[in-house]
Amino acid sequence: MPADKSDDIRIGVFICHCGSNIAGYLDMEALGTYAETLPNVAFVQRNLYTCSEGGINEIKKAIGQQNLNRVVVASCTPRTHEPLFRSSCGEAGLNPYLFEMVNIRDQCSWVHMQEKEEGTNKAKDLIRMGVAKAALLEPQKPIMSPVFPRALVIGGGISGMTAALALANRGYEVVIVEREGRLGGMLLDLNRLGPSMTDALQLAESTVKAVSCHPKITVFTGSRVTGVEGFIGKYSADIETPTGGKKIDLGVVIIATGARVFVPAGLYGYDAERVITQLEFEPRLKQGIDPSIKSVVMIQCVGARNEERPYCSRICCQTAVKNALLIKEKDPDTKVTILYRDMQMYGVENEEMFRESKAKGIRYVNYNPDRPPQVQAGSVLVYNALLGKDMELPAHMVVLSTPLLSREDSDEVGKLIRVPVDANGFFLEGHVKLKPLDFATDGVFLCGSARFPANIREAIAQGLGAASRASIPLSKGSVVVEPIISVLADMDACRGCGLCVALCPYGALEIQKTDKGRKVKVIDVACKGCGVCAATCYQHALTINSFTDNQIDAQIEAFLG
Amino acid sequence: MTKDVLVIGGGIAGMQTSLDLADMGIKVHLVERLPSVGGKMAQLDKTFPTNDCAI
Repeated sequence: MPADKSDDIRIGVFICHCGSNIAGYLDMEALGTYAETLPNVAFVQRNLYTCSEGGINEIKKAIGQQNLNRVVVASCTPRTHEPLFRSSCGEAGLNPYLFEMVNIRDQCSWVHMQEKEEGTNKAKDLIRMGVAKAALLEPQKPIMSPVFPRALVIGGGISGMTAALALANRGYEVVIVEREGRLGGMLLDLNRLGPSMTDALQLAESTVKAVSCHPKITVFTGSRVTGVEGFIGKYSADIETPTGGKKIDLGVVIIATGARVFVPAGLYGYDAERVITQLEFEPRLKQGIDPSIKSVVMIQCVGARNEERPYCSRICCQTAVKNALLIKEKDPDTKVTILYRDMQMYGVENEEMFRESKAKGIRYVNYNPDRPPQVQAGSVLVYNALLGKDMELPAHMVVLSTPLLSREDSDEVGKLIRVPVDANGFFLEGHVKLKPLDFATDGVFLCGSARFPANIREAIAQGLGAASRASIPLSKGSVVVEPIISVLADMDACRGCGLCVALCPYGALEIQKTDKGRKVKVIDVACKGCGVCAATCYQHALTINSFTDNQIDAQIEAFLG
Repeated sequence: MTKDVLVIGGGIAGMQTSLDLADMGIKVHLVERLPSVGGKMAQLDKTFPTNDCAI
């Protein structure tokens, strides 16, 4: 068996070619030869892909055969691959925290593609530093914490209701907090949903009924979440309801706060009468449009994709095409023209709907935002670049396609739960591909238009997805937390000043009274190991596991060395 | 009721489904037609827009 702790430090260094990502730009042979000269290094191997099954097996094999008690992998980013390498060490019987990762790709081979010699030298520095740190690593034990079997869903629109139902049907208790006086959200304002033309009200009513009748779901309408404390498995939320404040224990949180509509005041003669938004058009379509209206012009990207709101709201094109088709369904003789910048019709069904709309005589005219259409009494003037001249289109009615905006209080909600929002105020997921419905904060999930404008189908799919992700900790009943966290290494040095408590972004520190006076206490499951406290502590009482002062000093010395 | 789940297809969607189910404590049988899992994703190099290594 390999020894976890021994005076005889035996480090194995695995240098990854990452296909050509690293090997294409650095001198791999030189790196391998160099690594062999470093102190405590007992074994060096180069792999085409260290993260492949073959590469992993090589690490495991070497741990046993070479009696390694530290492993260094010089490859890509720890963000995606550190968990894999750590668990591989664990499988080979080595404590997973006796592993150190060196990134010689993202900030080395990728950024020094034209400088092979300097890039190789930098990689040598990085490997030397990693090896110096690895020698001082200590084994760590993962931390277990129980999960309270209840979920909080903030927002009672279609996405939040779907998530709540999915969790409740699995047997978990769910609390929905909805700001408005009733459940349903934006779905209540819609007519029919493309591309299937499903009745929105029917869907809303059946979902609201299922939620309201579910014995596992508690709904608070006209209510707000005013505080969330704790960490995965052990959250506690303050809820302000019309009948007074409530405090609720929970294990996970799903944010489904949705979005709000943009009111195009001052744009294209918007008057909410003859010039209206798509959302205002929905109830009119439902009631039946005034038969005297024989021509409709729709304008896309109103208030979107400009300097103030640079993003594409994604769902306005399909909404416009859907509503245009519904006009044609009622009266095929009504002229419908859509003025667009680019058509965003992703997905097979939307493409099909787009094709159908053209076949039914809906006209599309491209416009340039530098020469925007002009809404006049009874018509719209648009410059057609293909014709090279202005076209005057009759318009008894003008419908503006406006973007969805993030909720005005999203920043506030974000701070409350300690999750980030992007430049446009939408909530930012943990990873754009790998964690689309998770936040970086464990135990908090995301779905629907709170994340980015979503159509009903996407809002439902994301609600189901978020519920699925949230049920992992709920069904496990406990969570394992990374032990790379802050520890009070020197109790005597701590003066209980509380500077670290004030600065901790995760609420993971508190001051408690002990026999030795006021001392800081680390709530280990809440700590993310960011290191702010250790950097702040002028007494050097706090330190971070696997990032201790002596380990970092060793890295610096190795660099200068 | 048997709680085991059969996942047909070991591409990125099938693998993620299997992982999430297994993390919930459910036994998963993942069936893939080809000799290795990974599907199309395993054939990619870096994926847009974060440039993560696909493998």
